Amino acid sequence: MSSIRELTSSRELFLNLTLRELRSKYKRSVLGWTWSLLNPLATMAIFTVVFSQLLKITPDPGDPSGLDVFALFLLCGLLPWNYLSNSMNGGAQTLVINANLVKKVYFPRETLVAANTASWLFSLAIEMAVLSVALLAVGNMVLPWLPMVIVLIAIETVFVLGVALLLASLNVYFRDTQHLLGILLQLWFYATPIVYPMKQVREHLSPGMLRLYEANPMVEYVGAFRNVLYDLRMPSAGTMAYLVVSAVVVFALGYVVFGRLEPRLAEEL
Amino acid sequence: MTDDVAITVTDVRKRFRLYDERNQSLKAAIMRGRRARYREFVALAGVSLDVPKGTTLGLIGANGSGKSTLLKCIARIIRPDQGRIEVEGKVSALLELGAGFHPELSGRENVYLNGAILGLSRSELDEAFPQIVAFSGLDEEFIDAPVKNYSSGMYVRLGFSVAINVNPDVLLVDEVLAVGDEGFQQKCNEKFADLRRSGKTIVVVSHALNNVRSLCDVCVWLDHGVVKAMGPAGEVIDAYISESHDGRVDAAGTGHHWGSGEVTIERVELLGPDGHPTSKARTGDDVTVRVVVRSNQPIAKPVFTVSVHTVEGLLVTSPNSKEGGVVPDELDGTVSADLALGPLRLLPGTYDLSVTVRDYSMAQVFDSHDRCLRFDVDPGTPHESFGGIVTLGGRWSVENL
Repeated sequence: MSSIRELTSSRELFLNLTLRELRSKYKRSVLGWTWSLLNPLATMAIFTVVFSQLLKITPDPGDPSGLDVFALFLLCGLLPWNYLSNSMNGGAQTLVINANLVKKVYFPRETLVAANTASWLFSLAIEMAVLSVALLAVGNMVLPWLPMVIVLIAIETVFVLGVALLLASLNVYFRDTQHLLGILLQLWFYATPIVYPMKQVREHLSPGMLRLYEANPMVEYVGAFRNVLYDLRMPSAGTMAYLVVSAVVVFALGYVVFGRLEPRLAEEL
Repeated sequence: MTDDVAITVTDVRKRFRLYDERNQSLKAAIMRGRRARYREFVALAGVSLDVPKGTTLGLIGANGSGKSTLLKCIARIIRPDQGRIEVEGKVSALLELGAGFHPELSGRENVYLNGAILGLSRSELDEAFPQIVAFSGLDEEFIDAPVKNYSSGMYVRLGFSVAINVNPDVLLVDEVLAVGDEGFQQKCNEKFADLRRSGKTIVVVSHALNNVRSLCDVCVWLDHGVVKAMGPAGEVIDAYISESHDGRVDAAGTGHHWGSGEVTIERVELLGPDGHPTSKARTGDDVTVRVVVRSNQPIAKPVFTVSVHTVEGLLVTSPNSKEGGVVPDELDGTVSADLALGPLRLLPGTYDLSVTVRDYSMAQVFDSHDRCLRFDVDPGTPHESFGGIVTLGGRWSVENL
């Protein structure tokens, strides 16, 4: 069905839709693009005060980097998390928001989901660049590790796309999806070692519970990003294998479900 | 598919789900054990047709006959349950103008975005951009303003301009021909003529039968999801008009009724060639409008006016008896006034009669019935199948010079 011509033209469309998402995101706001940095910075400030100052969560210093700054420890996990949660929220709603388009024009509908994820990928790239500068400023030599960061982002993008495709098509049939998502994301956030270190999880959970906890792919993503950016070492081969396999499985699931639900989208919207 | 066929539709069927309670909630689904109760509505019950390249095809039929569904299936927006549709070449669908415009983005950004949605590449768009803006008739100063600041006319014109300048091989149009002002209409018609001349295939869904008649070579009449007739546009449209008149409930007497009351209009009738009241005539029939009025006191020199409007509200003619030179000295009791229309000059369509009785100065209205009788005109003689409201009864002569 998708001929070469359709693929090339949907590439154009994908770029245009991504540009639309990016351009319209901060239109009519005085600070514009600054917001995409202010948001994670504000979250960082709040979490640092609450979890580091009040709850006294003290992660171990980076090994071997020796870095010991809670705010940076937090950001190394928070940025990959934000990428996932923003894409999930945006992806779940993109078909409903663009219902008018889906009902009136034919184009490969997955481009809408991909464009939404791509716009958050763009934000992530900027945030990661700023984080890298901050890490360099405190003496963490992250430059040699940046190619590895790109590899991790690429794998996470496959994972994120799968989840977004799944949610986008389900939400057309069940609008509960987007409401359920709020709860799910909260649960998932605290089930991932973003505001606390993995060390504490190992101390408090039974081996069985720990295994369950570690099945969460985001545990591995946050761990891997922290390894590369905060600790300055390679993630384990096991972690990398798990990331790749889970990304492929989730993407395949999302792709198949989207493909099954896609033919009736224009009627159900 | 042979080379000279642009669209092949083979036994296409489509059912829609009509949800009895449409709450798309998981709770409801779980409680009931399935998603929602629904009935099925058959929109297309096995449609097959070929559209040769370069044809302008009109899809006509009553509401719910499946026209738009078929068009959406051809545009690939809806997937048929069964059957196949093959389309040769690039398709552009004008289902809604400016679909996908983002209000906060500028006209320029939206042109590129909308063009990409319709399948144009960046370089093709760069090339077509000046043409698109020129065609829309938008001022330069507006093209870089957000489209939310556009008037609705500008918005629609820009949307139309993008869609039509995509340079499609197959153009699908759903009731969007009537956009913009007179000048823009003219440009649109010229553009359609250009497209036809350059051998593009066009499929039009419309209720404006006169438009379809003048625009299309071939017509397909859909009825409850099946093809009822297919052939030269004029013939199919005439057949459609005749039948849709037969099945209609008469809407007569629904109009406004007012006046000072010295005279009351008792009834208004359309008399056919046989002298009997009817609500149906053919072009060329000898028909008469009969107005029966009653007064309780003597009224000097009453004037009768009979107006004929199309159902769209266009006044066709409005003769009065004063200008017609027939004014009775006095009206008392019940009187019947006849207006003989001779061979009927109205072309096929639906028309409304309105009747007014005034005093001789025309200043006082005794009684007025607005739209008191609706009647249909079916094809007759002279036969003109290319649109219009009246026939002027012209005679042709051709000779060598």
